Amino acid sequence: MSRRSSDPDSNAKGGHVPGENDANPDAAGEQAPEAEASDAAPRSRGARTASGADTTGADASDPQRPSDHFDSAPASGVVSPKLGVVGWLRWAWRQLTSMRTALVLLLLLAVAAVPGSLFPQRSADPNGVTQYQADHPDLFPLLESVQMFDVYHSAWFSAIYILLFISLVGCILPRTKHHLKALRSRPPRTPVRLGRLADHRATTAHVDADEAIAAATKQLKASGYRVERYDTDAVGSRPAVKSVSAERGYLRETGNLVFHAALVGVLIAVGIGGTLKYTGQRVVIEGTTFVNTLLDYSSMNRGQFVSEDALEPYAMTLDSFDVTYQPPGSNAMSQAGDFAANVTITHPGEEPEPGVVKVNEPLQVGHDSIYLLGNGYAPTVTIRDADGEVVYEDSVAFLPSGDAQMTSQGVIKVADGLPEQLGLVGFFYPTVAELTTGAYASQYGDLLNPLLTLDVYAGDLGIDDGTPRNVYALDTDGMDKLTGRDTDRESIELAPGDTADLPNGMGTITFEDETPEGADDSIGMTESVKRFASLQVHHDASAPWVLLFAVLAVLGLLTALFVPRRRMWVKATEGADGVELEYAGLARGEDPTLRAAVDQLADKHLASLGVEEHPPTR
Amino acid sequence: MPDVAALDTYSVILVWTAVAIYTLSFIAYAVDLSKRSQESIEVKDAVRAPAREKVGALNAASASSVGTVTRAAASSAVPAGAEPPKRRVFARIGTALAALGFVMHLAATVLRGVAAGRVPWSNMWEFAMTGTLLIMAVYLGVLFWKDLRFLGTFMTGLVTVLLASSSIFYVEIVPLMDPLKSAWLVIHVFVASLGTAFLALAFGLSVVQLMQARRERLAVVAAENGEEPKRSFLRTLPSAEALEGLAYRLAIIGFIFWTFTLIAGAIWAQDAWGRYWGFDVKEVWTFIIWVLYAGYIHARATRGWRGTRSAWLAIVGFAAVIFNFTIVNMYFDGLHAYSGL
Ligand code: HEM
Repeated sequence: MSRRSSDPDSNAKGGHVPGENDANPDAAGEQAPEAEASDAAPRSRGARTASGADTTGADASDPQRPSDHFDSAPASGVVSPKLGVVGWLRWAWRQLTSMRTALVLLLLLAVAAVPGSLFPQRSADPNGVTQYQADHPDLFPLLESVQMFDVYHSAWFSAIYILLFISLVGCILPRTKHHLKALRSRPPRTPVRLGRLADHRATTAHVDADEAIAAATKQLKASGYRVERYDTDAVGSRPAVKSVSAERGYLRETGNLVFHAALVGVLIAVGIGGTLKYTGQRVVIEGTTFVNTLLDYSSMNRGQFVSEDALEPYAMTLDSFDVTYQPPGSNAMSQAGDFAANVTITHPGEEPEPGVVKVNEPLQVGHDSIYLLGNGYAPTVTIRDADGEVVYEDSVAFLPSGDAQMTSQGVIKVADGLPEQLGLVGFFYPTVAELTTGAYASQYGDLLNPLLTLDVYAGDLGIDDGTPRNVYALDTDGMDKLTGRDTDRESIELAPGDTADLPNGMGTITFEDETPEGADDSIGMTESVKRFASLQVHHDASAPWVLLFAVLAVLGLLTALFVPRRRMWVKATEGADGVELEYAGLARGEDPTLRAAVDQLADKHLASLGVEEHPPTR
Repeated sequence: MPDVAALDTYSVILVWTAVAIYTLSFIAYAVDLSKRSQESIEVKDAVRAPAREKVGALNAASASSVGTVTRAAASSAVPAGAEPPKRRVFARIGTALAALGFVMHLAATVLRGVAAGRVPWSNMWEFAMTGTLLIMAVYLGVLFWKDLRFLGTFMTGLVTVLLASSSIFYVEIVPLMDPLKSAWLVIHVFVASLGTAFLALAFGLSVVQLMQARRERLAVVAAENGEEPKRSFLRTLPSAEALEGLAYRLAIIGFIFWTFTLIAGAIWAQDAWGRYWGFDVKEVWTFIIWVLYAGYIHARATRGWRGTRSAWLAIVGFAAVIFNFTIVNMYFDGLHAYSGL
């Protein structure tokens, strides 16, 4: 506090005490009519008057706040920027880093996030987007043009959060600088008229003023306050005044800064992490192995800085897949659970290691995490030509169509060995039942009474020219349907172990029974069909950093919101009938416990001096 | 081995008992409010006494009792809460009934948990049961700290309506789905409900704050025109500014719990779905709510936004909380498909 009040009045009023009147609530109250007129809350007015009435309304140890913070004094008059580029830039920067801008940007961010929950998003639900396009062909192009299906990567959403974070950084930096300085500053001078403060207590006692203040200083210091003595000698009619000024709670601002900086940290960690992470998906059938290379994934997303050979070349075999179903007759019949993919991991040149992937319990392999996303059945099918030669033998994953009873759909493509290419499209029912309409449905998720139904298409599969095709879909353009509805042959229906003829004498198809030797088949053919697990391999080094910054944010938030920042004064004024002892406190920010703190300070101090107070005066 | 279905039936019976008792509590509190309205006429002269003028950094709400708050600007025209200590018989009855209802409600929730053999917050019915229980617990708990019984009608009304209408969410006890078998279910969902409870109380205070601010404005106008202030139960309540301070303090507690919910959810998502953030609808709405309340906290610190405007933000924020629980759970597709419906 090196400012000097230049107000002539305070000099005129009975002797100027150097340096004291700039912290004088009495004088300030008279000098600052604009504070009286403003609609600011009484507390903010008090805060300002007690710390002097200069134009910023704050002193050096106050946290720095944007100029439109309710605690800073309203700017005097209209601030129009000085002409010139620099002036305008400075003005624009001030606007961007103001509280109001931060607030508006926050609200905009909230509003802008809403459409992403109303429309399907490509990143989370690509099929939903395709479906939406099919359902709303007219609306789609319009929505697409404003990036409604990529809201969180859209130009407008990015603009909002980038502006917010620029504003945030622009806000944090000067405040941090200021705060570092404030951490070294001394508590402000004791106001002349402590009685003007709301939380004030006074009593008169026969004690030694100097000793009383020394004791108070010690007491305040012991309870974590930074203290400073301000004594003035008697001048003219003014008595000698001994006082201690104390301040605590700098951590509040530290917490606020840590919180805001941690938000920047989260964003940076997420941003950098995105360029370095990869996520691949792969369906693995029991008994098969996949190798962690780009080629072996059915889909792979990787950040722009993930190189082709970044993947660790381990192999993973799905040995078996466990699942249990709630038994028939229970409340949640057919609900599946306790999924576990039992795998063997082999790093090149090392011993194979067993592992388990469960929901909520990803398996760590090196720096990758392997997740279990889904599961289903993979019927094993053998196709022979008219001569009985095997032309096709494979387990094919049939994807569950979404019901708990695990009705599944799949496609078998036979490219070679037969007179024509064949595509077989069909359903798999783990426990089949015939509806009254004659259609089939699955009644239960486990393999009690499995059935595979297939329709045969012959012609060109469209895979010879190297075009990548979805293995789970059949493009029937250019193919003839040979069985099923609209043809004169029934669909093929197979239980495990059954064989049926293909149309036109092309050969036979067998649904292999995979039941191992000696299995218990008393409740059904529960091991007759292989299962598959849909696994996701995920690599993201940013996650621990994001977590670290998030935890810092919470810690900062708790400190910023709950550490009280307050000033306390104890003053001893020598008078004719003893020493007047005054105690006062001033809150900086929300502080509901200030009054109690002042009382506690006074009680303890008076007790230590051996003063009995009757009756306490306020 | 207790009979699961029987325990669950007792639980449901207890829920309806609690609803009935809450309804009685609501009525008692409503009678209290109407009595306050009457008193506001009687206390009028008393509060016309010269108001204390004190400059201070005192947060209005921090006055040791809400009754001693002074407002320098319009205190003579706006007698706010200068209420002499009164024995509020009906408020006491209301609180006693609310506490009794709470005990039934707690028993119902515990029984449901015992019957299911897990925490009773893993489908919509249970979320509603536990969530409203926590709202009541926070309200009753806060009464030890501040006399907020004037919110009694509001809180018991809210809880009665939410609890009774959530019976449409009722489902029988079924085993947990795999993704829910996690310690994070216990933490994440519980903290979310606890946060919601604080935000609900803050919401109630913000609504009363808006009503009080309006009355104060009108009272100033009336005083300028030399008219008598209207009778209103609001005259016996703390000033708008004191209400705002209370609302703010409850809201920041709720906000901290919500922040924790967001982070715990992300950690859980990392375990269950293989990524900590994926803009799933529920994630998006949790984020929107978080941002709205961050906006509210900022608004309270921004000149021109304190008071009525920031109160509106708190109200919008809580509307989003309710939306997130009901509409998002029921009608929006997403990975959080655990409503049990
Ligand atoms: C990413 C966006 C932001 C979020 C989520 C956010 C959130 C918060 C929260 C939760 C608080 C209350 C906790 C505390 O006091 O530390 C707060 C306070 C504060 N924020 Fe931010 N903030 C953001 C951006 C900004 C920006 C851009 C500014 C600068 C203009 C800013 C300035 C402040 C100030 C000055 C306070 C203290 C308010 C007071 O005195 O009570 N914030 N912010």
